[in-house]
Amino acid sequence: MEMKFPMKKFIFYKRRTANFVMLSLSLLAALITIVPLVFIFYYTISKGISNLNIDFFTKLPTPVGETGGGMVNAIVGTIILIAIGGGIGIPVGIMSGTYLSEFGKNKFGILVRFFTDVLSGIPSIVVGVVAYTLVVIPMKHFSALAGGIALAILMIPTITRTTEEMIKLVPQSYREAGLALGIPKWKITVMIVLKTAWKGIATGILLGLSRAAGETAPLLFTSLGNRFWSTDIFQPIASLTVYIYQYSTAPFKDWNDQAWTAALALILLISVLSLVFRIITRSKYKA
Amino acid sequence: MVVNEQVNITTEKTKSPHIAGSSLKISVKELSVFFGKTKVLSDININIFERKVLAIIGPSGCGKSTFLRSLNRMNEEVGGNFTGKIIFDDEDIMKLDPVYLRRRIGMVFQKPNPFPTMSIANNVVAGLRMNGFRDKKKLKEIVETSLRQAALWDEVKDILHESGANISGGQQQRLCIARTIAMQPEVILMDEPASALDPISTAKIEELIFELKKKYTIIIVTHNMQQASRVSDYTAFFYMGKLIEMDKTIKIFTDPELKQTEDYISGRFG
Ligand SMILES: Nc1ncnc2c1ncn2[C@@H]1O[C@H](COP(=O)(O)OP(=O)(O)O)[C@@H](O)[C@H]1O
Ligand SMILES: [Mg+2]
Repeated sequence: MEMKFPMKKFIFYKRRTANFVMLSLSLLAALITIVPLVFIFYYTISKGISNLNIDFFTKLPTPVGETGGGMVNAIVGTIILIAIGGGIGIPVGIMSGTYLSEFGKNKFGILVRFFTDVLSGIPSIVVGVVAYTLVVIPMKHFSALAGGIALAILMIPTITRTTEEMIKLVPQSYREAGLALGIPKWKITVMIVLKTAWKGIATGILLGLSRAAGETAPLLFTSLGNRFWSTDIFQPIASLTVYIYQYSTAPFKDWNDQAWTAALALILLISVLSLVFRIITRSKYKA
Repeated sequence: MVVNEQVNITTEKTKSPHIAGSSLKISVKELSVFFGKTKVLSDININIFERKVLAIIGPSGCGKSTFLRSLNRMNEEVGGNFTGKIIFDDEDIMKLDPVYLRRRIGMVFQKPNPFPTMSIANNVVAGLRMNGFRDKKKLKEIVETSLRQAALWDEVKDILHESGANISGGQQQRLCIARTIAMQPEVILMDEPASALDPISTAKIEELIFELKKKYTIIIVTHNMQQASRVSDYTAFFYMGKLIEMDKTIKIFTDPELKQTEDYISGRFG
């Protein structure tokens, strides 16, 4: 091939070498990202699978020394905690995110955005202590409700900021089309803007829910744990993460094994949650 | 754009022509529009006649869209305000609820903007449904009649439940027209409705305007001189925020009074 401008050969090599080095480095970085995930899956599956049977999903934990049993109370407990957290955190997050993007160009908006960012950086154990002070102490006992509130506080920043960002991506032209049709503004926000942004918001919600499902520290001060069957939100409730914490640090081999199974169950639960959530929030038309 | 006060323009020839056999629909008196401290339009006087097509021409940034958006009070959504009066069927538009006003004065935008999360059918009746109209049978009828009026029915009748964003640009624009018609407005504002479309789609939109003016009062902004001369009954030439000349379209395009108008039409500037 003839070139219009004479190009020195070494420039060509230099660029190729730089290209190769950068590409290799990125590939290496990508591998480093995958490695821990592979190990996590490998260990939880290989160590947890042996105890993963029907009993695990249907029976209560056995007293120390007795083998067998399951963690049905903790599975149901985790689901209840996520439900309370999501029940409070999702609406609050969506509404505050909507407020920030649609009306948040003032000083109050800047303040809320700042507090949201600070909140997302606060360690979850601190949130647990706060929920303990605000909910557990006045109610005089640990409860699923207190745990759910702690999880909601942890979810709200993620959901708020994703909602805000996703709504900002909705082209102004859809809002104008709505206005020109004589549609009231709040209906444009809910039925056009939120609906168009919904896919992205749903991803934020899912991220918030999954992270909350994996929290342990804030639950230690709030929902505490429960060795018995309970679905009463005003009573302490069992959760997989607290079991993982207690069982993995206990001096009994079969408890340690069960901790791995609980970890596996938690990963499964979050996967199922993602799947179900994707199915129910799937929209007919892609935005 | 700041209206340059130095430009001295005679405004004597700018009064609207009388259009025989048509009654006054909108009367714009001494309209000046501001965005903040910037004056974008100044002292516009225009009479708009029922079931006629008014074309608005002029170079980019001269205030054509701003004029159009004054009529349905869309400027106030983006921080604009105006002085002067706009009388719509004997009523001052500032005394009407803007949401109600916009149902009577519909608008089609430059870039087709069907709602991507709705089917074609739901796009057509989006305005009605979101205003609480729920009669399913009636809605279905309106979908068909509106799409027929927008000359789109034959092309989409088998894909009514597919997304409004999956059809061609020209079809999307006619869908937007159908969506506007479904509200049964009295006036339709069109802001360069064909400038993002190919020649064939453009021709279809123009044909459509001929049909629509039998029922609706139409104001169309266009950059395309041929289009203005083909579709409109009378034409207003805007320049730097002022109405320079306004007359019957045939007069504007064959024998304009002002040299400035002639220069613009013949492509010598703008
Ligand atoms: N929302 C707005 N805020 C501030 N200035 C605006 C706004 N909309 C339009 N303008 C200004 O008004 C002038 C006329 O704009 P426009 O009406 O869009 O012109 P045209 O449609 O003729 O191209 C331009 O100088 C533009 O910058
Ligand atoms: Mg414009």
